Parts: sequence; structure tokens; C-alpha cells
Amino acid sequence: MSDFVQYLVNGLTIGAFLALIALGYSMIYGVVRLINFAHGDVFMIGAFAGFGVLTTLGATGGMALPAVLAAVAAGALATGVLGAGVARAAYLPLLASPRLAMLIAAIGVSLALEEGVKVLTHARFKSYPNALDGGQVMSGAVRVTYGQLALVLLAVALMAGLWLFVTRTVTGTAMRALAMDRDAARLQGIDVERLVLATFFAGSLLAGAAGVMYGLYYTQISFGMGFLIGLRAFTAAVLGGIGNLPGTMAAGVCIGLVQSFSAGYVSSRWTDVIIFGLLIAVLALRPTGLFGERVVERA
Amino acid sequence: MSLLRVEGLRARYGQVEALSGVSFEVAEGEIVALLGSNGAGKTTTLRTVTGLQRARSGRVEFAGRDVTRLPAHRIVAAGLGHVPEGRRVFPALTVAENLLLGGYLRRRDRAAVAARRAEVYAMFPQLAERPGQPAGLLSGGEQQMLAIGRALMLRPRLLALDEPTMGLAPQTAQRVLRAVREIREQGTTVLIVEQNAHQTLRLADRAYVLETGRIVLSGPASELAEDDRVKAAYLGGDPAVDPAP
Repeated sequence: MSDFVQYLVNGLTIGAFLALIALGYSMIYGVVRLINFAHGDVFMIGAFAGFGVLTTLGATGGMALPAVLAAVAAGALATGVLGAGVARAAYLPLLASPRLAMLIAAIGVSLALEEGVKVLTHARFKSYPNALDGGQVMSGAVRVTYGQLALVLLAVALMAGLWLFVTRTVTGTAMRALAMDRDAARLQGIDVERLVLATFFAGSLLAGAAGVMYGLYYTQISFGMGFLIGLRAFTAAVLGGIGNLPGTMAAGVCIGLVQSFSAGYVSSRWTDVIIFGLLIAVLALRPTGLFGERVVERA
Repeated sequence: MSLLRVEGLRARYGQVEALSGVSFEVAEGEIVALLGSNGAGKTTTLRTVTGLQRARSGRVEFAGRDVTRLPAHRIVAAGLGHVPEGRRVFPALTVAENLLLGGYLRRRDRAAVAARRAEVYAMFPQLAERPGQPAGLLSGGEQQMLAIGRALMLRPRLLALDEPTMGLAPQTAQRVLRAVREIREQGTTVLIVEQNAHQTLRLADRAYVLETGRIVLSGPASELAEDDRVKAAYLGGDPAVDPAP
């Protein structure tokens, strides 16, 4: 029983990161119908940006909460700007081209980012500062650290913030409208290119925050970390119904739980077999996602 | 002086030339109709004028300013509203949210947007009854009213309407056309594209007839309604066989 609860706690933690990344896939797909293959690499760069901040601040040991928050904020901001910049340079010029063009550009961006960081870091793993090495909320059979709790709360706060932004602000409403009908959005005076950049900014920001959180949690990062995590988060976005934000959040947490339970009860070697098996099953059986909302597609 | 002047407009639809030199004018305060059968280029004309589609050549002048190369969102900002073919309301957004986006360019002035929304509700009481309903669940007539109301949020100087009565029951179509008249009375110039020539010629001051990408006839609406060529081609001689459903 205590094993089960422990896997649940770990799964929720991982799920919170995955949900943050998955939201970016979902939002970006919503407005430009692009599966942004570079999104996992944006997440990776967020982890490195946070690493830079933490090592500069010299944050080690204890519950260095201000340092952690600063690192998450810096990582998020850096990737937000990066995401919007990449979109401006590589995707916007292709907005009117066939979708395949943008997809190929995204693969190019992904490789460029990954190889760039590989060169800059000499392909080495980096050890994240143990800024979260705090006490335990619960000890004994089930362990929950303050760090874990803080990360989950932070992720929840970011998701709540996104939700409020998308549903309660005019700009967020315009984003949803853009996802439904681009021409009709233009006729409302919406500057589509600017709003697309804003969407890339917001989606990349969440991925960057998740990157820093991942580093703090797993304490090791490398240039290649975005690939698999990105694919898992993408699976979550498909599972939740790509373009459907609440579904994506829920599915992110589900994938985190699948990952944790499969590692606990089966073997971590089987984790990706199970997750991507699930992806194939969902694509075959329920291509609109588990939560059933059909994404409006216009010819 | 014309509010809208279109000169020698050429545009493609896919690989086909859809407009081969369309010229017309709309003066301030007029209702001008653009008539023509399916595929004559009516929708392409509107889409090119409002910047949704690029003109290959020709010139569009609005309020004395060349807007030919401006992107759609800047043409809207200049005061040219466009209610597109098929209404194109945002289906998953509520009635109130659709109207809110109609006022997107004035989003910093919440009070003004709210006040304007109240005026639109007064004009279309059916919308006022269901501000929280997703637009996709409205009837066709209500969606058309919403699309028009949305375009009125910015108080455009000219409102372009693309087949506003398409697919509507006759009574509902009448209500929409009454609303168009009311909009003009409130000081907005109207450019209306229609297949339904009968009703439109009764509403409009002047009309142009478009055929395969060219203007082939133009004149006061009352004269065109009596023109034999128009009768033969669009009026069928008998109001009972009106082409609109």
C-alpha cells in the first residue's frame, strides 16, 4: 500500500511537469496547426537557463526558495523569448505555406537547438544545484519532500494562471478564436502574426519553467533530455485531445502516473513501451483524444 | 466623394483568375449591392477589398486612403467591417465573447466596449437573451445577427455583408434585411453581396452586376430591377421562383 501511495506521489510530480510541456504543444497546434517538434528542446534550454541562474546565485542546500523561484522565472522568460524568436524567424514566414513546410522547419529547429547545446556543453551531463534539498513533509513509508510539494504547487499555479489568461482576458479569448477560425479572427482586427508569437511565447514559457523544475527534481540535465520528455508530453497532448487545454492538463498528469506506476510495478525499461503503446492505441481508437472534444478543423 | 473606390481589381481564386478588372464605388451613406450568380466573383471581390486575399493588381481606396496592400486587421481598423460568407461566428465562444472580440481593437477601453455591446443587444434582442450561449448552438438567423453585431462593435464607416440571408427562412431573411436598413439609418454605409436579387434591389440604392469576374451592368437599383437582362438572369421574371431558399 505504501508503495502505491509513493508511486502516486511521484507520478503526480512528474505529471505536473509533463502537463506544463504538453500545454505548449496543444496551444501551438491550436493556433497554427503545427506539431512543434522543437518544443522538447525549448524545455531542455529552459533547464539550462535555470541551471545558469542557480549556479550564478550559488544556491545550494536548504530550501532556497527565492533562488528556485528566480531560476524558474528566468528559465521561463528565456524560453518564452526563445520560442517567440524562433517562431518569428522560422515559422511565421511559412504561415501561408502548406503545413508540411512548417513541420520540416520545426524538425530543423529541433536539431539546431539540440546540437547547439551539445556543442556548448561539450555533450556533458550537468549536475543541478541541490537547491531543493529540503526537509520532508511526510517521512517514513511514504516520503514527500517540501521540494516536491513546492514544484507541484508551482506547476498548478502556472496552469491556473494560463487558464485564467485564456478564458478571462481579451487576448486569451482572441487566441481561442484564432484557433477556431483564422480569417474570422483577422476580420475582428486581430493581428494574427502577433497573436501567434504571443502563443509561442506563452507555450514556451511553460516548457521552460518545466525544464527548470525537471532539473531540480532529477538533478541531472543534458542536451538530449528534451527528446523523450517532449515525446511523452506530446503523447499527453494527443491523449487530452490536442487543442483542448483542460484535457491536455489532465492527460499530462495521467502520463506522469503511467510513467511512475510502470516504473514501480513493471520496470522503468518498459515505461516508454507502455506510454507510446498508449499513444498508438489512442490514435487508432480515439483520434480526438480521451476527452472527446473535437478540434475544429477548417479546410 | 466616394467612401470606397475599387479600380481594376484583379485576383485569383486558386489557379483561376476570379476577378478580371472589377471597378465600382460606394458613396457615404449608400446601400450598394453587388449581384451575380454563384462563382461570378462576389465573395472574392469582398475578400480582396478587405484584405483577406491579395490583389494581383488594381487599387482599393477607402476614405481617401490607398488600402490595397494593407493586411486585413489594419483595414478593419480603418473602419471597413466585413461580415463574411457563412457568418463565421466563433462556435465555441459565447455570444458575449464573440461580441467582445468584435471590439478587440478597442479592448483597452472596456467601458466603451460594454456600452457598444449594450447597443448591439438593443438592436438584436434575441442575442441579449442568451449572452452565455456558445455561438455554435444558435440558429442560423441568430448566428447571422451575431456576425453582424460583432462587425458593428467597432462602429465601422462601411459594413460589407456577404450573402447575409443565405440559408435563412424567408421571415428570418426579412428580419436581417430590416436590420441592414436600420444600420444604414444609423449612419453606416453598406455594401451587400447577394444572390437574392429581388429583395436586395428593393433594399439597395444602387447595384452592380458581376459576371465571371467583371462588372457587366450597373445603375440605380430601381432601374436594374426593371432591366430585362437582370430580370432574365436573376429575377426569373417571377418573385415566386426567387433563387434564395
